[in-house]
Amino acid sequence: MNRLAPSRATRWVIAILVGAFFVVPMLSTLLYTLRDGDGFSLVHWTALLDPAKASLYAPIWAGLGNSLVLAAVTVAIVLFLLAPTMILVHLRFPRLRPGFEFLVLLPISIPAIVLVVGLAPIYQQLGRMLGTGAWTLAFAYGITVLPFAYRAIQASIDAVDIRTLTEAARSLGAGWGAVLLRVIAPNLRSGLLAASLISVAVVLGEFTIASLLNRQVFQTALLVVKNTDGYAAAVFTLLALAFAFALLIAIGLAGRARSGKAAS
Amino acid sequence: MTSPIPVRELPRTAENSLLAEAGSGTRVEFRGIVKDYGSTRVLHGLDLDIAPGEFVSLLGPSGCGKTTALRVLAGLEQANGGAVLLGDADVSGVPTNRRDIGMVFQSYSLFPHLRVLDNTAFGLRRRKVARAEAARRASDALALVGLDHLADRFPHELSGGQQQRVALARALVTEPRVLLLDEPLSALDAKVRVQLRDEIRRIQLRLGITTVFVTHDQEEALAVSDRIAVMNAGRIEQIGTPEELYLAPATPGVAAFVGLSSLVPGVGEGSTVRVWEWSLPVAGDAAAGEVEVFLRPENVRLVATGGVEAVVQESTFLGSFRRTLVRTADGVLVRVQHPASERVEYDDRVRIAVDLEPVSVRPRP
Repeated sequence: MNRLAPSRATRWVIAILVGAFFVVPMLSTLLYTLRDGDGFSLVHWTALLDPAKASLYAPIWAGLGNSLVLAAVTVAIVLFLLAPTMILVHLRFPRLRPGFEFLVLLPISIPAIVLVVGLAPIYQQLGRMLGTGAWTLAFAYGITVLPFAYRAIQASIDAVDIRTLTEAARSLGAGWGAVLLRVIAPNLRSGLLAASLISVAVVLGEFTIASLLNRQVFQTALLVVKNTDGYAAAVFTLLALAFAFALLIAIGLAGRARSGKAAS
Repeated sequence: MTSPIPVRELPRTAENSLLAEAGSGTRVEFRGIVKDYGSTRVLHGLDLDIAPGEFVSLLGPSGCGKTTALRVLAGLEQANGGAVLLGDADVSGVPTNRRDIGMVFQSYSLFPHLRVLDNTAFGLRRRKVARAEAARRASDALALVGLDHLADRFPHELSGGQQQRVALARALVTEPRVLLLDEPLSALDAKVRVQLRDEIRRIQLRLGITTVFVTHDQEEALAVSDRIAVMNAGRIEQIGTPEELYLAPATPGVAAFVGLSSLVPGVGEGSTVRVWEWSLPVAGDAAAGEVEVFLRPENVRLVATGGVEAVVQESTFLGSFRRTLVRTADGVLVRVQHPASERVEYDDRVRIAVDLEPVSVRPRP
């Protein structure tokens, strides 16, 4: 037994306090959505599917659609731009890594509001070239997810001897495409999966950039609907939280599958 | 060197696609290869001509350029000058994946996500061989290294020695023109190492494939090679059969690196060198003045009378013989190899005599 470790009772107290910190607001929100006059019912939940109120909730469905498209484009940026670049840096330009890492981790220290100030003029140009579709936000989101996606992928890269695997594949006659798709990608699977899921979570939770650049996404739509129907906003908030929670569990499982395999 | 394991019965030729198509090997040639890393020159115009089907080792201390030479041959490094020829073709500008080579690496290089069979079939699949045909040939290659029963395992379920054998099968299955071995045994423990070393040689002889083997272990090189190129500081110091290198080292560097030697003082007298009371023939260039002489332990004997008086410092039992370190009256340390029956202990007084075999010398520092 480790003498420095807290006792079982202490650990329970900590777990309950921390748990309460997260659970109490969610539970309150849940109770709020179930309130119906003096009693409880599911009326606010079923209302979401009520055709009569469809126009009221339309912004949320539109925002959700936009957010999902954004998530897909952002994941594509992570998988097809960030990951290959990281592999290239690792294999060919290892000396660039410290500078590259600094650049990629930088967005985490820049508040979204500051980012928007810099992005606004760029988006004016972008609007003329590509239109003002919500999907264009993916370029900004591609920057905000960089630090998270980078850490997830780099952990995978460091866990595998990519250089030797690449050289072995090359010596066996594989072109660069086959090396990337058949050797490197499968061995970075858990890292790429974690990076993708975490990118989805970040994109679905983003509010500041979308709001200030006047794009309608899930989070901004929630705000709009909340002004007319507080219950519906609360229901969607709970659903979004549940979805993010499921994503995090999926990331955890992806990581677990990897370490379990390495340990045996 | 005797193999500690019985020779395994290899699959019969007609049934094994690899053996059925065993060819006569391809000639490999390095022509004036120069390689720089930044301002450091690691290969100084390397020339080496390897005959078809020959097993050549590149032997030398770490940093001597042997691995770089192999990587240039593989196309994993680009030379700054010179040419690499496979057969009659200059492949200097050909990318690794089109050089038709097989390579086994020092670190485990099996693809972790593929089963043993798929790992082995990888090269065939890249060459557009149909799945069933590739599986059949991969299975034959695995039989060659005695691991066809592990075809369904993943690499992490295999021991280090098994992984390197699969890597060997994977490198051979495409019937490459040349087999490159980059210290494939150095991560393995001593027993597996000897076993796999002998197995590699046996398979190489069966297939007749030209093989270049990089190692820093002289015993390994001596045991398996047709010829050994001893490298030092980016140059080949000597190339020759194991016997030539051992019995007639061209330079003191080779004498020091190949086999075990004691360095004793001597006086050069042209084609001979005087060591104590003996006049020994000099291998290589004539020597004059004060020199250091490389004495092989097996060329020094314990004698009952005559010779030089010495005191035992330590004695190691090595099975069929003992190797004993003695200090002569004039303070020189000499290694003596003698029958195990001549048992000596620390501080015993003994007499040693030197055989009149050719020796290497170098100027005394």
